[in-house]
Amino acid sequence: MKKVIRTIGLLISSFAVLLLLASCGTPLSKQNVVTRAEETNTLTWGVKADTKLFGLMDVKDGQIKGFEVDLAKALTKQILGPKGKAQFVQVTSSTRMPLLQNGNIDAIIATMTITPERAKQVDFSRSYFDAGQSLLVKNGSPIHNIKDLNHSGRTVLGVVGSNSVQNVAKAAPKARVLQLSDYAQAMTALKSGQGDALTTDNGILYGMAVENPGYSVVGGTFTKEPYGIATRKGQGDFQKKIAKALTEVEKSGQYNKLLAKWFSNVPGFNYKEMER
Amino acid sequence: MTTIFAHYGSELLQGFGQTLLCSVISLFFSLIIGSMFAIFETTPIKFLRVIARIYIEIFRNIPLLVITMFFYVVIPLYLFKIDGFTAGTIGLTIYTSAFIAETVRAGINSVDPGQMEGSRANGLSWWQSMRYIVLPQAFRYVIPPLGNQFINLVKNSSVLAFVAGFDLMYQGNVIASDSLSTMSTYVCVGLLYLIITLPLSYWMRYLEKRLA
Repeated sequence: MKKVIRTIGLLISSFAVLLLLASCGTPLSKQNVVTRAEETNTLTWGVKADTKLFGLMDVKDGQIKGFEVDLAKALTKQILGPKGKAQFVQVTSSTRMPLLQNGNIDAIIATMTITPERAKQVDFSRSYFDAGQSLLVKNGSPIHNIKDLNHSGRTVLGVVGSNSVQNVAKAAPKARVLQLSDYAQAMTALKSGQGDALTTDNGILYGMAVENPGYSVVGGTFTKEPYGIATRKGQGDFQKKIAKALTEVEKSGQYNKLLAKWFSNVPGFNYKEMER
Repeated sequence: MTTIFAHYGSELLQGFGQTLLCSVISLFFSLIIGSMFAIFETTPIKFLRVIARIYIEIFRNIPLLVITMFFYVVIPLYLFKIDGFTAGTIGLTIYTSAFIAETVRAGINSVDPGQMEGSRANGLSWWQSMRYIVLPQAFRYVIPPLGNQFINLVKNSSVLAFVAGFDLMYQGNVIASDSLSTMSTYVCVGLLYLIITLPLSYWMRYLEKRLA
């Protein structure tokens, strides 16, 4: 009898603990980002860590560096004031959406193209960078543009979760598309001959061409890829703040400075055209 | 979830097929290679014992992903082209065979040495005693741990996703990012893995009851 009572007691108490835990405040993903950010003085951004020029992990000091990281810092200062802190969480094309939805990050600024399908799941700011999809090939490759890839037997490498693979399926339906987990791996696969070309947005590809001599960007752009800052649905206040901050950053000339800092030394890329 | 099946049924089915194919191939070869190295480890010939020891210690202690990436990236760079599916299957086979070798060796060692001595005394050669007396008993002992290895093998086949091997996990990643409904996609993928592993698990339990 004693044993039964003890078991029941244990069950009830564990259930109570569970309830207590569940009722602890509203879940992270439902909180108003602006209110919370003003309390903690911190915004958490999801950035790329494998994309040179936009967001790349510097192995020497463990910091993620790039155009998007700097832009996020500038936006944070605009939103929260000069003391505002920007925190960075490393994301990939396939992890950024889930991480945003479950509240691990407040916003995505990770080479994310604004598309109607994505806009059903998240809210986008207006474009902060206008990229276009292109191809990276080994120097001397027979591939000069997207049409050269439209033959059976051609293999294109892309990254899971990026819309570039879907664009290739439309532009070159006969090519086989392999989707790898991130850009570093896709580049390694290109080097070891697993595919004829690597496709994604030109900004990212130029970064790879800078890092990997012997590879070049060919064929111009065949799509328009405006990058937007994504937030969870229902964070209208936060989107308004971002929009205002973006305008401020552009007006003050900070945007052009960052553009020059990251893109002025990229061969074949005219950053003056992108100035705002 | 039903919408995922309705929209991406063919992709999921292809992934399921590739996972099953990779698992069956790896299971077959890793069982053969693993048993071979287990026998090497228990032979009286020192050279074979050393070879087996090196093989097992190296491949048991390297992550599966590293072995697979080696075949996917390094071999094509210097030798010949290997596609993702083949690289993944080779990696999985090598990795699992090291574990199977250890399992089978433990089985052989747990057979009473008197069995070997007795059969040798009756005029059987070392190989004949191993083949007809020791191994049949050893495999009975190792059915439960081997079952574990087989189930692990099926789950580990998700390594193919990293080398674009078009397996279930790869299709899962693609579908999740395409449909943007992460949760239900991975639930579907998990269920499809269960379709392979649960019968395997029950079959192993049945064998265990009947034989061991």
